[in-house]
Amino acid sequence: MSQSYRYTLGSKTYQFNNLAQLMAKATPQRSGDSLAGVIASSAEERAVAQMTLAEVPLKTFLNDALIPYEDDEITRLIIDEHDTNAFAAIAHLTVGDFRNWLLSDHATSHVLATIRAGITPEMAAAVSKIMRNQDLILVAKKCHVTTAFRNTIGLPGHLSTRLQPNHPTDNVNGIAASILDGLLYGSGDAVIGINPATDNVAQAIKLMRLMDDVIEKYQIPTQSCVLTHVTNTIECIEAGAPVDLVFQSIGGTEATNSSFGFNLNTLAEAQDAAQSLKRGTAGNNVMYFETGQGSSLSANAHHGLDQQTCETRAYAVARKFKPLLVNTVVGFIGPEYLFDGKEITRAGLEDHFCAKLLGVPMGCDVCYTNHAEADQNDMDNLLTLLGVAGCSFVMGIPGSDDIMLNYQTTSFHDALYARRVLGLRPAPEFELWLAKMNIMTDTQQHILSDTLPSQFARSLKALSGGQP
Amino acid sequence: MKNSSPKTAQEIQQQHQDNGKVVHNPWRQLRSFTDARIGLGRAGISLPTAEMLAFQLSHAQARDAVNFPLDLAALCEQLEDFCASPLHLHSQAVDRNHYLQRPDLGRKLDQASRDQLSNYMRKAAVAAELHHDIAIVIVDGLSSLAVQKNAHPFLVQLLTILREQPEPWRLAPISLVEQGRVAIGDDIGELLNAKVVLVLIGERPGLSSPDSLGLYLTWQPKTGLNDACRNCISNIRPAGLSYQDAAQRTLYLLQEAKRLNLSGVGLKDRSQDDVIEHQTQTTNFLLSE
Repeated sequence: MSQSYRYTLGSKTYQFNNLAQLMAKATPQRSGDSLAGVIASSAEERAVAQMTLAEVPLKTFLNDALIPYEDDEITRLIIDEHDTNAFAAIAHLTVGDFRNWLLSDHATSHVLATIRAGITPEMAAAVSKIMRNQDLILVAKKCHVTTAFRNTIGLPGHLSTRLQPNHPTDNVNGIAASILDGLLYGSGDAVIGINPATDNVAQAIKLMRLMDDVIEKYQIPTQSCVLTHVTNTIECIEAGAPVDLVFQSIGGTEATNSSFGFNLNTLAEAQDAAQSLKRGTAGNNVMYFETGQGSSLSANAHHGLDQQTCETRAYAVARKFKPLLVNTVVGFIGPEYLFDGKEITRAGLEDHFCAKLLGVPMGCDVCYTNHAEADQNDMDNLLTLLGVAGCSFVMGIPGSDDIMLNYQTTSFHDALYARRVLGLRPAPEFELWLAKMNIMTDTQQHILSDTLPSQFARSLKALSGGQP
Repeated sequence: MKNSSPKTAQEIQQQHQDNGKVVHNPWRQLRSFTDARIGLGRAGISLPTAEMLAFQLSHAQARDAVNFPLDLAALCEQLEDFCASPLHLHSQAVDRNHYLQRPDLGRKLDQASRDQLSNYMRKAAVAAELHHDIAIVIVDGLSSLAVQKNAHPFLVQLLTILREQPEPWRLAPISLVEQGRVAIGDDIGELLNAKVVLVLIGERPGLSSPDSLGLYLTWQPKTGLNDACRNCISNIRPAGLSYQDAAQRTLYLLQEAKRLNLSGVGLKDRSQDDVIEHQTQTTNFLLSE
């Protein structure tokens, strides 16, 4: 049963009608919560809400569902799959205690892995709301989440990249040109993933074959994905297409996912179908999910919750299907949800922390649109912070400019910057390939070759009719 | 100080690159296949100066497109040929800051604008109730630059081909809307008693396309419709969809909407089918031997 919460500050008493309202008002400021009308009405009310939230026992989140069990399959997933044994070690804690516990020397990477299944998304969201950016970074860095398909993603000290060779008309040579550019800058170990301009099954199959052929010809230890609707990918598999990863955008409420046109059964069906192809060599994590704060409100499916709590519930959906990759597309949605660089940065760190705490292999599309109050410097900052936090992967796109989706994300150059300054490395299988192909002359120091690797030089030569 | 002889931009760029040990990418020639920023070269592993500054210029232009207010006086002057007195309207978003954070307010007309439209309809109706076929609504949206550059030349094309049609389309006066979003056309179309509303709006600017104009067609507009009721023609600008092609597609949508008595998901824009490039091409240079 949902109870109300009170906090007396001097002569003033603050009341919060229920746990959902307390969570929303404790959330650091962002425009989407204002748009939803759930934001704290003053800075003081927010601070008081955070102090009140800190006193809430973690057990409360198991008994006081923010969206009723009967109404929402994600609530049912969260409650039904909660692991009481894993929870036992933290069952006596309040939200405030939990922050201390996570930061403590006792909470090693190993210990954090053993309690994962006992943490619900709401617990993770609650504690994140009372953590500063450095707390989010420090604890996330301790949470190791490793997955594998044709290579291994998420090992400590590694930062992978999705090569995103989008083209506004899906021109195959245009896509191939961006793939080549990315590979020669050492990008693409997380996945080569295309957002198709024309979203149908026939087009998806064409793009899947393109990437499969390139991966085969150049023997690249990576995987491909066409970011089309999950039901399209199921059809592609039935038609015999070479599907490595199944993509879907997911949200944290059943109604959000209905608006996206799928439910948990759809994802289970897709996972089975993709795993049956047995195309992975290093592992069999076959799902790729994207998330992002604001999607539930945008679909009018947020049940009065704040956008970060909705987002974190999406990670329950993700972890159910053991994905290879999940990324939060943090600045794509626009300034009505995350207004400026400061809000985008905070959201990126929250999403990465909550996902890693729950055991989800989180990467981040460090990005912004031109109507947001943000620029390349904000992206440099967030990329650096996420690199420090142990983010699994970021995007890689030519010159930061996605000419199909019309937004800016991290470039191939950006990823090399992060790897160099932070001493991070690509997936080990991919790193060996970069050396073997002579794309990098020194993989330890991230030094690119000054000459065009011979196999790629041959393809370019063929293009210009033998002219150098 | 003595003036040295001026250098061209190319010379300056070449000098930066030579002096700065920039590594060039021989695959830059592949730009013939894509507008993506490939083959940028590198200083170490970082962007060369010229490319970094070129990116910042693109971003600056996109930001200006979002933030600069629509120059209504200049736009009215352009429109004089076919509309002597456009209606000046405003959404409920009082300024750009509100507009960006409250899309709901940008979708609704403010009270003064509603009153203005009601008064217009009352005065213009002489004997019977006034009807229009088409209400054209020009909205700043997210790029005033797109509207300023492209709305007038596009309308020249559209109005020319509309006049050539055997059955004339009766036009309402053109509405100009500040701080508006697409759905504000529903309010306006309904108040103007129009069969169809055409909203011309500045689209969210891309880095390489700060001036992209969008057109949204809604049949029987009324407050509260959603996007499933609309058809869209995107990227109207000299470097994108030409004014003439956009006008032809608009005419196609108008005729189909009239024939089917609907717009939106039920109206398939088959005029696009031949636009998708290289449907049959499957090989690419990376796979050639």
